[in-house]
Amino acid sequence: MTTEEKARTGQETGRRPLEGIRNAFGGIGARFAALPRWQRMIAFLAFVAFLYYLPLLGIPGLIWLRTDSIPNGNNWAGVLFTCAVYVLIAIGLNVVIGLAGLLDLGYVGFFAIGAYSVAVFGSRQSPVVKALQERFDLSQDWAVAWAVCIPIALALTMISGVVLGWPTLRLRGDYLAIVTLGFGEIIRIVVRNSTSWSGGPPGIAAIPGPQGAPSADNDIFGLIDAKPWYWLALSVVLLMVFLVRRLENSRVGRAWLAIREDEDAAAVMGVYPFKFKLWAFAIGAALGGLSGLLFASRQGFIEPNQFNAQLSILFVAMVVVGGSGNMAGVALGAFLLGYLPERFRDFAEWRFLVFGLALVLVMLLRPQGLIPSRRRARELKDRQEEVPAGV
Amino acid sequence: MPPAASGAKGVLVNFEELFGHLGQHTVDGLAKGAIYALVALGYTLVYGVLKLINFAHSEVFMVGTFAVLGTWTTLGATNNPPLGMMLLFLVAGLVAGALASGATAVAVERIAYKRLREMNAPPLIFLITAIGLSLVLSEAFGIWQGRLVVGMPVILPQKVLFSIGDTAVTNTQLLTLIAALVMMFALDQFINHTRYGRGVRAVAQNPDTAALMGVNKDRVIMLIFLLGGLLAGAAALLYAIRYGNTRFNVGFLLGLKAFTAAVLGGIGNLRGALLGGLLLGVVEVYAATLTQSNWEDVAAFIVLVVVLLFRPTGLLGESLGRARA
Amino acid sequence: MRRNYVRALGAVGLAAAMVAAAGCQDTGGGGGDTQAADCGGKIAIFGAFTGPNAGLVLPSLNGAKLAVKEHNAAKPDCQVTMQEFDTQGTPEQATPIANQVAQDQSFTSVIGGHFSGESKATMPIYEAAGLVMVSPSATATELTAAGNKSFHRVVGNDGTQGAAAVNYIRDVLKGKKVFVADDGQPYGVGIVNEIKRGLGSAVVGSDKVQTDQTNFDATISKIRAASPDVIAYGGYTNEAAPLVKQMRAAGVDAKFLGFDGLYDPGFPKGAGDAANGAIVTCPCLPAAEAGGSFSADYEKEYGEAPGSYGAEGYDGAKILVEGYAAGKKSRADLLAWVDAYDKQGVSKYLKFDANGDVDKSKVVVWSYEIKGTTFEPQQEIKLS
Repeated sequence: MTTEEKARTGQETGRRPLEGIRNAFGGIGARFAALPRWQRMIAFLAFVAFLYYLPLLGIPGLIWLRTDSIPNGNNWAGVLFTCAVYVLIAIGLNVVIGLAGLLDLGYVGFFAIGAYSVAVFGSRQSPVVKALQERFDLSQDWAVAWAVCIPIALALTMISGVVLGWPTLRLRGDYLAIVTLGFGEIIRIVVRNSTSWSGGPPGIAAIPGPQGAPSADNDIFGLIDAKPWYWLALSVVLLMVFLVRRLENSRVGRAWLAIREDEDAAAVMGVYPFKFKLWAFAIGAALGGLSGLLFASRQGFIEPNQFNAQLSILFVAMVVVGGSGNMAGVALGAFLLGYLPERFRDFAEWRFLVFGLALVLVMLLRPQGLIPSRRRARELKDRQEEVPAGV
Repeated sequence: MPPAASGAKGVLVNFEELFGHLGQHTVDGLAKGAIYALVALGYTLVYGVLKLINFAHSEVFMVGTFAVLGTWTTLGATNNPPLGMMLLFLVAGLVAGALASGATAVAVERIAYKRLREMNAPPLIFLITAIGLSLVLSEAFGIWQGRLVVGMPVILPQKVLFSIGDTAVTNTQLLTLIAALVMMFALDQFINHTRYGRGVRAVAQNPDTAALMGVNKDRVIMLIFLLGGLLAGAAALLYAIRYGNTRFNVGFLLGLKAFTAAVLGGIGNLRGALLGGLLLGVVEVYAATLTQSNWEDVAAFIVLVVVLLFRPTGLLGESLGRARA
Repeated sequence: MRRNYVRALGAVGLAAAMVAAAGCQDTGGGGGDTQAADCGGKIAIFGAFTGPNAGLVLPSLNGAKLAVKEHNAAKPDCQVTMQEFDTQGTPEQATPIANQVAQDQSFTSVIGGHFSGESKATMPIYEAAGLVMVSPSATATELTAAGNKSFHRVVGNDGTQGAAAVNYIRDVLKGKKVFVADDGQPYGVGIVNEIKRGLGSAVVGSDKVQTDQTNFDATISKIRAASPDVIAYGGYTNEAAPLVKQMRAAGVDAKFLGFDGLYDPGFPKGAGDAANGAIVTCPCLPAAEAGGSFSADYEKEYGEAPGSYGAEGYDGAKILVEGYAAGKKSRADLLAWVDAYDKQGVSKYLKFDANGDVDKSKVVVWSYEIKGTTFEPQQEIKLS
């Protein structure tokens, strides 16, 4: 940027240090993209291998990164699992916010539906399972198998995504945000108060994992070792990243891009915004539900007050701060959200304050996020150079 | 006449409870809603002029409650003070609350929104920044004051002033209602009959033309934030009198409900904010008596969703820009 | 061109280095080795040690610590350590703690949970890990349902407490119109259900509040409409204190009755004058009635009389330390030890039935009246 441009857009000189850092990182990204394809593949595979290796992290210089290197620190693989679940959420929310441009403040509702799907159908303690046991004369130990809960969760969340989206998607941006916030809270309160099927405020325990209900016989997905849980979550994340990538580069992804940039122009060109927005909602909801299912399976217990509006806001924060529209960015945001409070336990109380501050600072100084999607960065810069309309 | 046991098996709608004591529940709801109305005025003022949902307004209210608490603690307030001291505490609380809330509102505008306006940020960025500010303020108070409910002395003991039939009206309820009406009236007069109010209406109608006509846009915007903050501070005092407690996250739920009230009445419409607030309070109490108290928040959220979906302009429609505010 | 090869080689070299480093695997999460000592072990104790409801739990934590300290002083070669885990009484915080304790093989027994909600949520985890749970104060009846393998409690359950409270309301308070309210949690709902069952048509109204609720307009509106002479609330201080405060400020004069969840110094402190005259029932003895020199020892150690469940906390820990003293070291051994325990404790005679409850006939329920900030024992409530 020339000095003239800087003056025109009203930036202050205090921004220059940021410029320097920005150019350095941008430089790495550009050089990486310039490598031949096979080298990029190798680097990527090496990175994936590193991710799988992470719970066993024993490289002498890097051990301090582990959360159990501090006294009373949480199990490292367990923390990584939580980070992986957050990354999955971030990818799903990124589809809604980053790709389709819809601000969803009620995303925790889908997370809750996914978690409750596996709890309500898979746990022996759930009222629904008990009712089914009575109705069909099944044994006390029967519950829906864990693997069967997955399509149930996906179906329920996609349906609720469509149900939520259908009436609300014609609203403008900030009204949509508030309505989704309202819906998220409605889901939480209804689940909390409906003791007959959701177990009510006490929640549901004994949620099964891939090997069945929590018991001493679960040798892989049990209580003792969190590593297999992490590897499972990581595999799901990688699969979803792959699928969403393909989606981004498909007709649907391009339609989202068109809608995000200018809805009316897109409609004129034959891309009907409503249908594609609904798809974005449904896909985002499905990913949220999947992450909820994984989370509930490992925790073994969920209760309605866990899925509150503040969590929704944190999810949005991690996506926006990381860089909405860019999967690497949102993944970074998610990882930070899961990792930092665990590693720096002393500051755990400050966690929400820090994220709120990060949100405000990023919005004021670098609204495209830490690792931005290049399109988004351009969009915002273009806006800055326009003559502001209205106030 | 005992109602059928409704604890274990979900919700049983209890019409008898509601209609048997309709008057009492209505009065209770109106008093509850008056506080929503005062906070809703803040939302509606900012939205009417800037088309911005000021998410941080809920924390402006929360700061006011802590200011009232701090003032009462410094002045050494205890339960049931004598009349002279009571008036002193009320006035001091009002001033402290209004100033603290007003200052917070103006600070939020200066630090964040003004800059975003200069950057010509898209509306979603405004909303996300507002959310971030709300989080920062509430967490800051949570860390400073602790996460527990903080009790306050009972300055104005509640007494039943009079009864209409079997509906009892207490002094605090009457105070809250009258205060809300008076403040709305005062704000109405300000907007419609003073020079500054004309400036507000002009900027609400068309900011660029208003600027051409010599209205200082920035000052007007600061003014509306200040007004919203002052009203929220007054609401904070009334809240402290009625409920005697506060908490670092008291703003979130109350703010969301006040926003619902503003939307219900017609966002951008001052009388709508009052109407919406009172109506929402009544709806909540009715819902709680028809079922149980733990459904009252859902009632508010359902109202929010239904209004936004089916009648986003609210009951009275947007009108800050027009002569009839 | 050469730069690209260098880069590629660098990437491969890094990968190779990591694979080599994979040889230096992690040593596993927090201390997984079993004790080298012949005797003794590690107890995990969890409960609301901080937070709004902590006043209810701290006396039993202190009682447990006293028991461990006495044991360690008497048996220097059989040291028992007790590690505290704060859950603030919420099942959400108790669950990851339970996972952590279950994974860590150095923990061989558990004292907890102190609240019914967190006990219910973590029971499956501890059961799956084979850990014995001894609870001093979780009273919900459903916790000792059939099939329970690890949970034991040193206190009467809410079936007993509820029946006693019903008798108290009927005979002592002579309540003809009772309004009941609870907070939706397992403990509150459980005990209020017992009350409703026992009082039948005397219940003129009911309400459910939410945890962390701070204004109770609707509840008070309902109470005024029902004009009861007794209000019974099942829940903890966090909601009860503002409820009672606002209730009295609104002019509701009815007698207020809480259960053992409100036998907490935080309650009169939070409600102020409004709590004066309120009644609290508890399946626990007043300090003066506890057996042996427990009260005196507690007072010497902590400078105040043992509060709610102090004696039960002491008993719970005593059962476990006696097991360690008898040479039991593994989780299975300690579970068997507790199952078979049969001795007099300071709060009551301790023998568990197949489901983990103590003998019902040994349970006594007392009523306490709040005067200022203290709980004054009133009388033992007849159970029949």
